[in-house]
Amino acid sequence: MTTTPYRWVLPGTPSLGVVAPRAGAGAGPAGSAVPPDEAARRAVAGVLAELSSGDHRGVVVDSPPGAGKSTLVVRAAGELARAGEPLIVVAQTNEQVDDLIDRLAQAEPDLPIGRLSANDYTASERVRHYSTVRVAAKVADLGGSSVIIGTAAKWAMVPEGRWPWAIVDEAYQMRSDALLRVAGRFDRALFVGDPGQLDPFSTVETERWVGLTWDPMQSAVAALLRHNPELPVHRLPVSWRLPASAAPVVAEAFYPFTGFSAGTTEAQRSLSFTTAGLGGGPVDEALELAASTGWALYELPARHTLRTDAEAAAACARLALRLLERGAVAVSERDPAGRPVTADRIAIGAAHRDQVAAIRSQLGPAGAGITVDTANRLQGREYDVTIVLHPLSGRRDATAFHLEAGRLCVLTSRHRHACVVVARAGIAELLDAHPSTEPVHLNVPVKFPDGWEANQAMLARLAAHRTTAR
Amino acid sequence: MTSMNTAERLAAIRGGAKPKRHNARTIAALTRNPGCARRAVLDCAGIDKQRLAAYVDFPARFGQSQFAIARGNAFEAQVKADGAAELLTLLRERLGLSIPEVAYDDLASVTGREQESPEVRYARTRTLLIRAATGAGDAGTLFDHPLLRINVAGQPVYLEPDLIAFQAGGRFHVVEIKSFAIVDGQADAGKVSSAAIQSAVYVLAMRELLAEAGFDPEIVSHDVVLVCPRDFSNRPTAVLVDVRKQLAVLRRQLGRMTRIDELLAALPPDLSFDLAPDAAGVPTRDPAAIVTALRAIDARYTPDCLAVCELAYFCRHEARGCTAALGPATREALGGIDRVETALALAHDVLPPAEEQAEAAALLQAAARLRAEALAGAPA
Amino acid sequence: MSTLVALARAEAVAAGFAQRTTTVRHLHVAARPLVFVPLSMAGEANAPLAALVGTDPAAPRLLVVPQPRNRDQRFRFAAELAEVLLPYLDSFRGVAEAVPVNRGKEIRHRYVDAPQVLVPNPAGIQFTRLLGRSTRFRRTDGDYPVHPSVPLLGRWLTFLADRAEHPGSCLLLAMTEALTLHWATGQSPLEDNHLAALLAWIDPPDGLTGAEAAARAEDPLTWPPAGPLTDPTFDNEVLAPLIAAYAEAGDDPGRQARAREALAEALRGQLAPTWRLMWRGLALLRDLPPGARVAQRWAEDRDAFTGFASYLDEGGHPQPRRDGAVVAAQRLHRLERALQSYAVQRAYDDPLVMADYRLTGEAFVGEVTLADPNRIDDSGRRRVLRPRIMLRTTDPVQVTPGTAVYSPDRPQQKARVVLVTPRPDGTGTDVVLELTGGLGRALTPAPGSVPEVGERVCYTTLSDGFMPPGEFPAREETPWTHGGPPTADEEAVEPTAEDALEEWE
Repeated sequence: MTTTPYRWVLPGTPSLGVVAPRAGAGAGPAGSAVPPDEAARRAVAGVLAELSSGDHRGVVVDSPPGAGKSTLVVRAAGELARAGEPLIVVAQTNEQVDDLIDRLAQAEPDLPIGRLSANDYTASERVRHYSTVRVAAKVADLGGSSVIIGTAAKWAMVPEGRWPWAIVDEAYQMRSDALLRVAGRFDRALFVGDPGQLDPFSTVETERWVGLTWDPMQSAVAALLRHNPELPVHRLPVSWRLPASAAPVVAEAFYPFTGFSAGTTEAQRSLSFTTAGLGGGPVDEALELAASTGWALYELPARHTLRTDAEAAAACARLALRLLERGAVAVSERDPAGRPVTADRIAIGAAHRDQVAAIRSQLGPAGAGITVDTANRLQGREYDVTIVLHPLSGRRDATAFHLEAGRLCVLTSRHRHACVVVARAGIAELLDAHPSTEPVHLNVPVKFPDGWEANQAMLARLAAHRTTAR
Repeated sequence: MTSMNTAERLAAIRGGAKPKRHNARTIAALTRNPGCARRAVLDCAGIDKQRLAAYVDFPARFGQSQFAIARGNAFEAQVKADGAAELLTLLRERLGLSIPEVAYDDLASVTGREQESPEVRYARTRTLLIRAATGAGDAGTLFDHPLLRINVAGQPVYLEPDLIAFQAGGRFHVVEIKSFAIVDGQADAGKVSSAAIQSAVYVLAMRELLAEAGFDPEIVSHDVVLVCPRDFSNRPTAVLVDVRKQLAVLRRQLGRMTRIDELLAALPPDLSFDLAPDAAGVPTRDPAAIVTALRAIDARYTPDCLAVCELAYFCRHEARGCTAALGPATREALGGIDRVETALALAHDVLPPAEEQAEAAALLQAAARLRAEALAGAPA
Repeated sequence: MSTLVALARAEAVAAGFAQRTTTVRHLHVAARPLVFVPLSMAGEANAPLAALVGTDPAAPRLLVVPQPRNRDQRFRFAAELAEVLLPYLDSFRGVAEAVPVNRGKEIRHRYVDAPQVLVPNPAGIQFTRLLGRSTRFRRTDGDYPVHPSVPLLGRWLTFLADRAEHPGSCLLLAMTEALTLHWATGQSPLEDNHLAALLAWIDPPDGLTGAEAAARAEDPLTWPPAGPLTDPTFDNEVLAPLIAAYAEAGDDPGRQARAREALAEALRGQLAPTWRLMWRGLALLRDLPPGARVAQRWAEDRDAFTGFASYLDEGGHPQPRRDGAVVAAQRLHRLERALQSYAVQRAYDDPLVMADYRLTGEAFVGEVTLADPNRIDDSGRRRVLRPRIMLRTTDPVQVTPGTAVYSPDRPQQKARVVLVTPRPDGTGTDVVLELTGGLGRALTPAPGSVPEVGERVCYTTLSDGFMPPGEFPAREETPWTHGGPPTADEEAVEPTAEDALEEWE
């Protein structure tokens, strides 16, 4: 069942300022009796059928964390290419382009693929080892390719050519103005992305475009749907990444209208340690709690601190290093026999770059292989275990940046097994005292979930998984 | 002494004065600085903060220009003239409504009603709104000046009736008429924000009224109709404003007000802001005693208070020397150190930092070194 | 806010006076600026009430609207403002210089100077924008004709207000912003919006501290608000009776003249203190030495001025009400580039601004301890000169090997971080850099192109290099994803009779 918000009673009237949660044209959302793999299969089939029907110039697919977005992109690209439709793929970063090429070349070994690149790009190993992939700075040099893949920034510099189809990946991360610059290159497009992640932003502060349907600072999907409200919006209903312990929590906090479910059961995933945590201690307690329940809140004493709170940074590092020391093993549907959680399967996420630097310096050489990054840069990535420095930890007041729902969503939805949140006590009080003085702009759709509500929901959930640092 | 209930305690704090009437604006103001205990106590007790501020010689500096008031009244009168003819045109044409017939019911226009008690007026509003919610039919109704009620800190508070509720087909919309202009589709975001939260107060009050009567509260729309002058003209234009976020904010702040007991429990038992007027109405209480009473409740001053709270100048004076007085961004950049002199002493290494100040001290010292170096003319 | 600026605020509190946050001036201050102090009527969208305007501190022109709600009078105000502003703008259209473009293959012209308009605060810029909006679509024929100067004024005011959004532009400035760019007061940024209080902190009268002077400056009786909004008490107690008296004077010319004179005097009293503050602020700014790259940005302003003047010469239509999709995207792109380059240029020009970046680890200053200026890299196809230097810094270095860094002292040169080694004794960090570019053409570096041992140098990740502009579709090719080609509201077109009507309806 889908929530339909009340609009006007009387038919045919415009509802400004309201974004209606859209009925998924393909799939039923979470909680239905359909098994997850069947629900996901139907959703993908629905998208592909809609694409081949050619009824719409655009098809949007909302994909919650780990719901098989890349798989969908690869399948759609394969099907369109096999149908003889020349195709371009627009991704947002070089890393994403390489990921897609890697997966597409593997899935379609005979498909000639072109990688459109900047002049100074040196092809990464995973792109170079496919004989079907050609790399060039100009479209003309990629003549025989059925699929040409490049970043939005690179496509924006292609002055001519028009392809029947495009796939725009991570379309919610893309800014409206970037879409404007590439939209002339295609007739029809599939837009895929995660609506719960961070909105694109600009360093420029101006209100001159607020309220315009083509406001260049909004996301590409927002602009697309405001101009083409009739376009179908599909939803991938199942997260294959998030474990059963996390999917409902993340869905409730960050995808309140649409929801999604976990593709795996609790029995399929487990995290255990090969060495015992002798003497216990709060770090081990937190790790064991996370291993058994999927979540842990490692709470430091309340204090207003600098952003680069050394104690919190050290706690993040210690948790990650201890996880390595304890020889964590992850059992999942992919590795039913278990697989060691090595450094490359662990990430530490924070809100700011200086926090990342502080954590990195605490990790030392022993943690060299562990990913430490900001929420922005963790978007789209996946790990077994994540450790999150809570954006509100140690703060005296919250800004819109720190409250942004997308930031917390990215940080708490990267893991396949467990997530440990490090925070100073006092966030509940901070949220409680947060003044509500957000400006309101006319004709701007209200975005949900509200950052405050999402933070509150996560915090309430984490409270049950608290370990107090001593 | 027997323990007093909350209402009695608040009345004692207020003293002999009548509680200040609330309106949507004052309720909305409760959301502006919810962390301020001083404001929470004074507002819950219905104390006239403006008068209090003037009495302790820190008068509030908001006045309203009569031109602004006149403009607001003229615009509202124009929109409502002839049975709200212009408003209906807007609702019909601009928003695409096809209501064949609309009744206009001014709940305050009958002579003699000014003398009625709020309870009586509220009861009538209730009867009319329930009748409208029940009666299906094509006709719409505009209710002008309905008197609504909302619970603040467990006390029923009547809202000054300066709104219009519009009903068609058993659905209600709050209509808010404001005299700030919408120029090329844009309006002052701060003013729209205030209008949105005030409208949300009405939506909430109407929803409570109807829910009590057994209706689905959602029949009151979260889309509020905001009516403003268009561009530079006197012609009205209407837009829908989605107030779902404001409703959430209000619900949680009003919910929080019920925790006023916790705040009250921490205050001196004899706390009172009674100005003790003599027979002629002249206050007899020593202003210094009022200052002492104010200081007994913690404030959470930020420079934003200057624009919204009547007591702000008092609190600003009290906050002198605190980094909070320089704004939250400055305080954060100073490593969260509370006092300016402490921050400087740490920066110039004349005060050994306490353990929890060590990181801030290191930052401030690095900043002080770089600042001194740059000002001394070292090369970049 | 950076910690250095916050520290300056704290020091201002302790000292009782504002503290400098820059060592140089980052704005161009024109030799002959025009000061514009407008007042508007409370409650109205943009109803001019009065203004002081002019280029001579001793002789401002006072404009008064006795009946601000009267639309004909509003446009009379605009016409009077045009009498001052348009000749001022024209006076910069005398001498032009030739500027080589396209690598010297072509030249274009730009005026050697440009206008500079100063208003008290950001609300003054907003007033300018709205006045531009309300006048640029007016017509000189039809039902409600206005003076021909009115729509022209509207186009210029809109140009100025648009330009004020452009980071680093100095054609239209708000005095409070110009001052707070260079000084930190002992009050909050919010309170700095009050021009009199701000100047009190920066330049208090003799015998008073900044804090004391600022407290006095908040009294609207001595320091009326710097506008455009007036003091409500003034409105209620002074202005309202005077406007009523003017209205009652009716057609009696004597009474009307007296009423008008009384009104003018009252409004002059509200405006004159701010007028004086504006010139004091200007003098303070002028006393600061300009940063090295200020002239370069002013040249861009002169380009913009020249370009818009020619646009109007060619019969340019008024700017549209809102930006269309393509124009909005292009403008955002321009603003983002300008913002970045403005930030970099200020840091390059000013060690105190660079100190912000040093504190956050994006820049570091150190002494060169080793230099290998003649180092040749022969690992590639041909031998190339790649000098290396090592410098020791006590700044918190956050750059990692491989990062490109630049030095304000040698902006043409690029350096790559090779090694970052914290010294074991905790006395700082050693950074090894490899240099490319700006070394001359030979396999030995040009004299002075490689920092020598003992030299103190600054390196930063901020680059002042050229950023190529982005490509955008033509407006008429706005894609379907963005609503297709723009409508008349988003295009510069000849205003229709209906456009001209909107003010009076």
